[in-house]
Amino acid sequence: MKFTLSWLKDHLDTAASLETVAETLTRIGLEVERVEDKAAALKPYVIARVLTAEQHPNADRLRVCSVETGEGAPVQVVCGAPNARAGMLSVFAPPGTYVPGKDITLSVGTIRGVESRGMLCSGAELGLGDDGDGILDLPADAPVGTPYAVWAGLDDPVIEINLTPNRPDCTSVHGIARDLAATGLGVLKREPMPPVRGEGPAPAAVTLDFDDYDRGLCPYFALRLVRGVRNGPSPDWMQARLRAIGLRPINALVDITNYMTFDRGRPLHVFDAAKVAGALTVRRAREGESLAALDGRTYALTDEMVVIADGNGVESIGGIIGGEATGCDESTTDVLIESALWSPANIAQTGRRLGIITDARYRFERGVDPAFALAGLDLATRLVTDICGGSPSDPAIAGEPPETSHVIDFPWTEVRRLAGIELSRAEMKVSLESLGFHIAGSGDRVKVLPPSWRPDIEGKADLVEEIVRIAGLDRIEPKPLPRQSHVATAVLTPLQKRTRLARRALASRGLLEAVTWSFIPREDAVLFGGGAPSLALANPIASELSDMRPSLVPGLLRAAQRNADRGYPDAALFEVGQCFASDEPEGQSIRAAAVRRGTGGHAGAGRHWDGAAGPVDAFEAKADAMALLAALGVPTGGLQVAAGGPAWLHPGRSGTLQFGPKTVVGHFGEVHPRVAKALGLKGVIVAFEITLDALPLPKHRPTKVKPALALSDFQPISRDFAFVVSRDVAAGEVVKAAASAERKLVTGVDVFDVYEGAGVPEGSKSVAIAVTLQPVEKTLTDAEIEAVSARIVAEVSRKTGATLRA
Amino acid sequence: MDFAELERDLLAQVDAASDEAALETVRVAALGKKGSVSELLKTLGAMTPDERKERGPLINGLRDRVQGALTQRRDALAEAALEARLAAERVDVTLPVREAPEARGRIHPISQVIDEITAIFSDMGFSVAEGPDIETDELNFTALNFPPGHPAREMHDTFFLPPDRDGKRKVLRTHTSPVQIRTMRAKEPPIRVIIPGRTYRHDSDQTHTPMFHQVEGLVIDRSANFANLRWVLEEFCRTFFEVDGVKMRFRPSFFPFTEPSAEVDIQCSRKGGEIRFGEGEDWLEILGCGMVHPNVLRNCGLDPDSVQGFAFGVGIDRIAMLKYGMPDLRPFFEADVRWLQHYGFRPLDVPSLVGGLTS
Repeated sequence: MKFTLSWLKDHLDTAASLETVAETLTRIGLEVERVEDKAAALKPYVIARVLTAEQHPNADRLRVCSVETGEGAPVQVVCGAPNARAGMLSVFAPPGTYVPGKDITLSVGTIRGVESRGMLCSGAELGLGDDGDGILDLPADAPVGTPYAVWAGLDDPVIEINLTPNRPDCTSVHGIARDLAATGLGVLKREPMPPVRGEGPAPAAVTLDFDDYDRGLCPYFALRLVRGVRNGPSPDWMQARLRAIGLRPINALVDITNYMTFDRGRPLHVFDAAKVAGALTVRRAREGESLAALDGRTYALTDEMVVIADGNGVESIGGIIGGEATGCDESTTDVLIESALWSPANIAQTGRRLGIITDARYRFERGVDPAFALAGLDLATRLVTDICGGSPSDPAIAGEPPETSHVIDFPWTEVRRLAGIELSRAEMKVSLESLGFHIAGSGDRVKVLPPSWRPDIEGKADLVEEIVRIAGLDRIEPKPLPRQSHVATAVLTPLQKRTRLARRALASRGLLEAVTWSFIPREDAVLFGGGAPSLALANPIASELSDMRPSLVPGLLRAAQRNADRGYPDAALFEVGQCFASDEPEGQSIRAAAVRRGTGGHAGAGRHWDGAAGPVDAFEAKADAMALLAALGVPTGGLQVAAGGPAWLHPGRSGTLQFGPKTVVGHFGEVHPRVAKALGLKGVIVAFEITLDALPLPKHRPTKVKPALALSDFQPISRDFAFVVSRDVAAGEVVKAAASAERKLVTGVDVFDVYEGAGVPEGSKSVAIAVTLQPVEKTLTDAEIEAVSARIVAEVSRKTGATLRA
Repeated sequence: MDFAELERDLLAQVDAASDEAALETVRVAALGKKGSVSELLKTLGAMTPDERKERGPLINGLRDRVQGALTQRRDALAEAALEARLAAERVDVTLPVREAPEARGRIHPISQVIDEITAIFSDMGFSVAEGPDIETDELNFTALNFPPGHPAREMHDTFFLPPDRDGKRKVLRTHTSPVQIRTMRAKEPPIRVIIPGRTYRHDSDQTHTPMFHQVEGLVIDRSANFANLRWVLEEFCRTFFEVDGVKMRFRPSFFPFTEPSAEVDIQCSRKGGEIRFGEGEDWLEILGCGMVHPNVLRNCGLDPDSVQGFAFGVGIDRIAMLKYGMPDLRPFFEADVRWLQHYGFRPLDVPSLVGGLTS
């Protein structure tokens, strides 16, 4: 919402400065977005007379002008404008002036050998429109030496406020003035508005063609004919104001409707009566109807839209935009002025469907003052007869304004209860009354009747807002929120703790935390098991941000590749965030995932004097996953690592982490070459992903006591075994078998070598393990150690088909 | 040979021994079983007491001195050998070691700031609530007092999911406020929660991304009022920005789910691209807040005449940018390793009130 200071002062009697007005507006919730003070910006530009304009000695298109600026001797200016001529009045800027239209600051210059001390300006150079064909050519009575902005009436600062959608009353300058008056900044001017005396009945009746159910679509419609108008340009003052707020003056009748829209928040429409065929009917549009509107576009209408029609068909889309065919132009002599009320919801819906944004729609969808419909028509009629002449008819009226009055039972203590501020009853009363509220009764509880222009006021809380808004929120003194009476307890859930810890744990492994989009390209979603239609956005912002991600991995993979493309090939990235399996809350999970590319392993990337890092492999990803589980304190007793994983992983170089076949918690491995190709990934890249919600929680225990520590007094001993097994046997099976051979004694089994090649039969591999034996009761004899070793060998052979390597 | 000559000779040999092996040869030749000094010692047994009295001390003295010289020489040789070894054993300590994983890893500023916010609010008795990113229209809008078709809905550029069989469309939550409803419907007052999370709006330019982060606060009890709200927000800003005081400006505003509503600006100065709080002439909008709207309380089955409270919403990305000086929002989500290394936080810098939010 834009207006000028002088326009505001038409409604508000105040001596307040522009700064005070702007500050007050923001303080009461009418946030000032911008104040444009052209007079200040254009101060150096003065009206000047071109005394002489001689041909430039060295340039055909330039003239050397002598310019009288109203101060001192005439100034020499080189000017390239085709219209520069002796005797004309134009606008002069001295050296040192900033030229907004060109974004330069003038200096004394020499143009083709002739000195130039300033500039004669076009409107475009002043930032005032695009009439850049030549310098401004002012009328002969323009006073030389006067600042141009003052003379041209540009010295009226324009204020733009960022209006919240709950305040239709402040879509008008009058409403804004009322709010300011309530703060005591000035006095609201209330001009008497006697009804217009019609000179005869309205010629055309208006029909509201709705059944009872639809009556609310247009509850009220008032129309008046003014005969014998002369529709030329509107007066300068009106044009200046409309221009100042960014509207283009068209003709007096149209300008009056626009002026009323901003001055009073009362959108109107004018029909050229000569072009209207018969009586007007307000009704739902019929399928197939369309309207060529005043904005030059044609709109196809549906029966959900409300129109004004005559004998020729649809002439206007109610409350939104009029039709070209019945528009008013210079030839209009008889005009029909419409002032109606429309359903805000229907206006909003129609406007959205048709994609029309007009000042009328903006107001009607927020709620126009129903009590001002007829008074607004009268005010507009008076402007028409004042400016264009003519004689008005009586109004033709259909329907009636809806009842808006609802009384709020208001205890004054509500202000203290909700706002925590003690205000005097007198102050609260004055605030409400100056905003137009009626207060009945006295004492602790009163009846408050909101004014007709405030559809946003529903109940007590709204009244509290009005009171503290006008009083100023800054008057509310902060008061401590009472602290709890006990020492703070933990506030995070186990999952929240794990989510936080997961980030720290993974970052501690040298990974960088990324936050990538929740929506990914559809192709990526499909590759990672997603792509369900229910998870595809209906209105994605870009085609590559289209589907809710089923996994964190694709986003991280693409990020790693982007970094590689930028010259950082060894990205090691992780993310902890939400993934989506369905559009239900239960379908959302929290996952932790990491990718490592190139040589970006845990130990560090790239070449190093102490040994270069090799390319990352599945075990880097496994190490990250296992480290995360350990850091989260996941009881890993039952954890199984199964070969293979989902389709996005290399089938032979991936694993699945599970606590049983149905409790899969994650995967790790090398990215499948096909997936890598589809995502445009180059080079080796590994990943893991763990679903944090799926991880078992530690058992709740009644105390924090740790299990007793049993220390043996006897030295542990270690024995090495090298087994030859089929290459299909997992090393994990060998380890498991060795551990199970002598559960009491074996406390550790480590794989220290895996070998395939010369010395080992084709199709087999050698797996070397170190078994730690921890005697508990006594030192083992050599014979006992031999016996244990034999049992280990036997057990591993039995379970894996292994033989001891010769 | 007289003793003096023997001694001179032996000591000369000790001195001349250039390594441990040579020294051992000297020792054996002198003090070994058949060594020259040992042979002399053996003669003591056959002597008369008088002879022994005279020659005993001489022979024993000889032995002791030879012995001493041998020990001294051995120590000197060992010392020299160690010196030689140490002189050879030299590493170039200027060679770089690999950077530790803990030194390389980084926490994203959003995660860090959420941890900071949590630390502050947990001290004020708030717990952390969460909700799904994919919300129903009812929870994202209607229950929060955005009637269907109301222009207020257009303040939010909403992402929609496809309509289901009944024509209902879910949305990506446009704010964290639906979790207010979830919380109030699930839990009896008193309620003190913060709700950090991802939010989505169909908007993209220099200062807007289609995904961003918000933290919502909600307090519901029998007395929480706007004055308490001011205190909570001022305490939060002072603590979060780690300054002695902040000046805040509360401007009346409009949110469908609060009444009265306010937007809050924070006073700051901008010098050379750096924003400082608690000084200066500029105002920066940082959050929206208000008393929970009676309709919202009713929508959660609460009686607005007996319980009351306030809510606020802060842009996490925005306050992260303000505190840590990132000039642009979009790189937050681009995973550029250079940006993450520069603006990210070390993994062990866990924000707490005990140790300070930042180190």
